[in-house]
Amino acid sequence: MSIYRTHILLPVDDGTVQAGVFQVKRQLEELLADRGLTDEVKVLETGTVGLIGKGAIVVLYPDNVHYYNVREQDVQTIVDEHIVKGRVVETLDHAVAGMDVGVKAYHAMGLTRKQERVVLDKSWKIDPENIDEVLANGGYSALEKILDQEIEPEAIIEEIKVSKLRGRGGAGFPTGLKWEFTRKAEGDVKYVICNADEGEPGTFKDRLILEGDPHKLIEAMLIAGYAVGAQKGYIYIRGEYKLSIQRTQKAIDQALKINLLGNKILGTEFSFHLEVKIGAGAYVCGEETALIESMEGKRGNPRIKPPYPVTSGLWGKPTSVNNVETLANIPAIILKGAAWFNTLGTEKSVGTKVFTILGHVEQPGLIEVEMGTPLREIIYAYGGGIKGGKKFKAALVGGSAGVFLSEKLLDVKMDFENLRENKAALGSGAILVMNEDTCIVDMLFSVLKFFAHESCGQCAPCRIGTQQLLDTVYRLRQGQGSEQDIDQLLKTAQTMYHTSLCPLGQSPVMAVKSAIKNFRKDFVNKVQKTNQ
Amino acid sequence: MAQTREQIINKYSADAENLLAMLHDLQDCKDENYLSEADIKDAAEYLNLPYTTVHGVATFYSMYSFKPRGKNIVRVCQSPPCHLMGSTDISKELIKLLGVKFGETTACGTFTLEMTSCLGVCGTAPAIMIGDRVYGNLDLQRLKEIINDYRREK
Repeated sequence: MSIYRTHILLPVDDGTVQAGVFQVKRQLEELLADRGLTDEVKVLETGTVGLIGKGAIVVLYPDNVHYYNVREQDVQTIVDEHIVKGRVVETLDHAVAGMDVGVKAYHAMGLTRKQERVVLDKSWKIDPENIDEVLANGGYSALEKILDQEIEPEAIIEEIKVSKLRGRGGAGFPTGLKWEFTRKAEGDVKYVICNADEGEPGTFKDRLILEGDPHKLIEAMLIAGYAVGAQKGYIYIRGEYKLSIQRTQKAIDQALKINLLGNKILGTEFSFHLEVKIGAGAYVCGEETALIESMEGKRGNPRIKPPYPVTSGLWGKPTSVNNVETLANIPAIILKGAAWFNTLGTEKSVGTKVFTILGHVEQPGLIEVEMGTPLREIIYAYGGGIKGGKKFKAALVGGSAGVFLSEKLLDVKMDFENLRENKAALGSGAILVMNEDTCIVDMLFSVLKFFAHESCGQCAPCRIGTQQLLDTVYRLRQGQGSEQDIDQLLKTAQTMYHTSLCPLGQSPVMAVKSAIKNFRKDFVNKVQKTNQ
Repeated sequence: MAQTREQIINKYSADAENLLAMLHDLQDCKDENYLSEADIKDAAEYLNLPYTTVHGVATFYSMYSFKPRGKNIVRVCQSPPCHLMGSTDISKELIKLLGVKFGETTACGTFTLEMTSCLGVCGTAPAIMIGDRVYGNLDLQRLKEIINDYRREK
């Protein structure tokens, strides 16, 4: 492998692609070839930095200089000034970072807090499509540790249990227990599934984990398979996530080539095969039993539970279904130990959480912080506060299946327990921030429209209920509703909560209840307008 | 059509679990981006499933279409984050620009307008997807430029 004096990293995600990162790349390569620097300077694509709205981003290593909003016409200046003459181009939007680029870059942007990265540690420092780079940066060393030291599957499950890792898909079920149930379930054939059917509005963390570091997920799946006693795993990815599908498949092919997947991995008795399954557009398939149905080639109708997948999942076999973010924690826990993991987060909600901050904030994006970080800090220190100096009105936390929080709860700590105490939930980690000009009735309308569209239609309470909720909130939004309509929303949502088959029909009550309870004035205003 | 229906279907083993992937391929191989009756029939026969089962699966998922579609599928995200950032105006403008309603295709066959639930690019809301490409941080002016670019390409 040749040694380059400079690496130019180009984070590739939807934001940077839209801003023209590939045009910048082409321009860079042309100019480097023209200046005869191709042997000295290496250009490579990486996963996301997690900054959105900063245009195309160009990172120079080892100088640790980040250029933001780079346009094609800026490339020549960067090459001639920075790469040839070694001078930082002060006229371009940039940040100079120290060892931990992420932290310092945030400082340079006027943001004060640091991020604790477990899940996204390598995401934008490596080329996700190059397994050599992954291996050089410690990829697959957790798997190696297990196989080298012949650690027993039971010991791994114990370690995960002690780590107190809980599912990051929304429900927060202890991962170690899920693995133990699957291991102890009767049967020789078992499966592990990674749920990458990310569809919760406002959530794109799993996509960026997959695109930034797909090998980490493969390693985690291998460990999961080893622990529960499965020889086959599947990664079910949303059909709309083209880049994720492509990168994951490429990573699997690479791992297969060097026997990190396949039969008798690294010369041991452990064999494991991994396959990508592609969805076709159905939010309900994020529910684990619907996802399993879909993988079997059926309509994504959720199953009646119990039995749970841990005893009867894919093709009726014991199956452990884990979210992308949950799995991405596994290699670090195996390498650094459960005790280390317990130093992060709160006593019961251990570790970090990836949040997506959106809506009326100065700096929308993706962050990974310790569990228990207050909402206010996430919005103001990381999100840069409310856009245009407006006032905060509400935050929809946890996606559509989430809760509208008012200013009163700005200081709530973002972890499983504290949110539950406040009748909210962590959900997928999406935080949609709304300013003072937002009408909550209108936002609830959008949430309920989503549910009505995505209800799978299998059970009546959800099929009919989501439509009734939508009709009622539409009436209110149009100024044609009454006080009774407000109460009717609550009643319908409550009934659905008690009678629906799966979490989809059980979820609208969260948004409905919190919207009406915390922002009743918005609803009453709409009704009063009608009566005038 | 690059591959025949038979070639696509025969790529897969005759297991029901391959149905979704098969339907994706059958749809993607056509310029009009849709599934025909014959696609459903042949897939059912090959997998030894009732026609109604395959039809039921295909209609369940929103990415499959049974109507021929335009060369470019314009998907407008209408989920809450995009709604908050102005997707309603984007939808109205697209209806005006293209002269079709949601679910319809322009007479020239260049565009089909569809709505979609979350595209997963919420940091750049409001967003749309045309074909495989995502466009975010839209305003009405930018939207016009994008559509015009596609029109010129035609």
